[in-house]
Amino acid sequence: MTSMLNNATAPGPVPDGFDRWEVEQFLYREARHADESDYDAWEALWTDDALYWVPTASTNDPSREMSVIYDNRSRIATRLKQIRTGKRYAQSPPSNLRRLLSNIEFLGGRANSSGGVDLEVGANFMVLESRARGTHLWGGRVTYRVRRQDDELRLAYKKVVLVDNDRPIPTLGFLI
Amino acid sequence: MTSLIESTAAAGSRYERLIKHDKVHGSLYTDPDIFAEELRKIWYRTWVFVGHESEVSQPGDYMRKRLGLQDVIMTRDRDGQLHLLLNRCAHRGNQVCADAKGNSSTFRCPYHGWTYRNTGELVGFPFFKGYGQRELDLRLGRVPRMDTYRGFVFGSFATDGPSLAEHLGAAAGEIDRLAGLSPEGEVELTAGWLQHQTRANWKLLAENETDGYHPQFVHGSIFGVTGSPIGALYSDSSIAVTRDLGKGHSENDLRPEFRKFAEPMRWFGTTEDRVPDYVAAIRKRYGAEAEKILVEGGPHVMIFPNLFIAEIQVFNIQPVAVGECVQYSTAVQLAGAPDLNKRMVSQCMGSVGPAGMLLADDTEMYERNQLGLEALTPEWLDVRRGLNRERVDENGFTIGGATDETGMRGFWSHYKMLMEAQS
Repeated sequence: MTSMLNNATAPGPVPDGFDRWEVEQFLYREARHADESDYDAWEALWTDDALYWVPTASTNDPSREMSVIYDNRSRIATRLKQIRTGKRYAQSPPSNLRRLLSNIEFLGGRANSSGGVDLEVGANFMVLESRARGTHLWGGRVTYRVRRQDDELRLAYKKVVLVDNDRPIPTLGFLI
Repeated sequence: MTSLIESTAAAGSRYERLIKHDKVHGSLYTDPDIFAEELRKIWYRTWVFVGHESEVSQPGDYMRKRLGLQDVIMTRDRDGQLHLLLNRCAHRGNQVCADAKGNSSTFRCPYHGWTYRNTGELVGFPFFKGYGQRELDLRLGRVPRMDTYRGFVFGSFATDGPSLAEHLGAAAGEIDRLAGLSPEGEVELTAGWLQHQTRANWKLLAENETDGYHPQFVHGSIFGVTGSPIGALYSDSSIAVTRDLGKGHSENDLRPEFRKFAEPMRWFGTTEDRVPDYVAAIRKRYGAEAEKILVEGGPHVMIFPNLFIAEIQVFNIQPVAVGECVQYSTAVQLAGAPDLNKRMVSQCMGSVGPAGMLLADDTEMYERNQLGLEALTPEWLDVRRGLNRERVDENGFTIGGATDETGMRGFWSHYKMLMEAQS
């Protein structure tokens, strides 16, 4: 999986100033907000230059090839506004969700547009989704870029690589 | 004589009973026996959209595709010829191709090493002495008929019957209209496909594609938050029309609405200053015709049974079981339009596929529809909307209002004809 977003290159060294316990708590919080469909709290975690990306197995260049989700900050806002109408039927009623995050690793640092260095973190995840259609188990690898901004941690990047992204997948209406 | 007439009537009358001009029976979506008959009489008989030539542009390119329940390898041989091969070794029936796509002149079965050219010809098998000869009269199966229209590849399992041109009929003109959006007159489907598993009968999708009644309701959430003008195209006051194109094909013809505004690129939700290179290229290529193209935009057409072109995106619907199908979707890419192509990928990604802000809601409707159809009464689905105001246009096609079920009735009329055929 390569992209225009310098994912093809290895990250730099792990930047200073990120405590493992604090970062893990931040990622668990992001997971909880998503599980509980707390859209306001989840949206508030993102930086202005955010990217939320769910590629398919054949997405090499996301500007020229289809991804399941490829949302900049503006499109994240649109997606959430749609859900908040209560008439985003793919997520109304919302799915019942719980997810596990595991194998959390600090992978390195990525220079960001504001002159700092984001922490790149990798993890494995599983999400159990229950809705009228049935129960579905989603799983894969997630790569985060976490930034310290105004003394708080924020999410600048989240890439979710589903293990079954080379095959037909059901509607993905919730925040993965 | 009497008994012969009776038995013929009995054999051919099943779909006459289930499909009326203003209603269709719920069992058409839920009965596994009907689904099995559809595979034989529709999916493995009529012309079915498989893929696009641009997906295998180089000699040796191949890509796995579905045609009904069949696993098909679309290949391009060294002479540039396309082939639709079935993924089944002639020896023991193993799959000869495991990768989704690639480039290779041959496929080698992993089970006993039988090797086939990308034309399907058997070129070798190990330890030939066990057969007493170096050649066998065996090859990979293939879809008996393959044909293309402006790069769109179709297959038919019927060895004879209507040609692709005959099957497409008036729908060919809609594909022409799509290709006409390109400054080079060519569509490419090179952006890759999203694969959306859908727990609903395939016909619910085919009917919905030109149903202009649902958008304001199913998609009201996204139209509202983005201020999209699309909703108005499908309102009660819209002057767009729904057209039965014959052969089961139908379209929402939005051109009357776009002509009313006469603004270039309004059909794409933008203005010409945002895509200046594209607009200039169209004017250079098409001269006096250019303004018409820039104002009217692309087609919104459902081509029976499984190709849906919705302005900037293309869908391939393939059945899996009576209550399940897969929607494959991709962005239209136009040769000679790089600035528009990137926008089309971006806009299409936001709209279609498992997380699409339009299609995920359509799919939720399909799936709830399938669940709703489990209810025992009322037994019928009503498709009468617009019968009171249907008319025939200057070209002889039946048209209804923007929100009328004219397209569905055309679908069912053709479906019934195919399903009532003997064998």
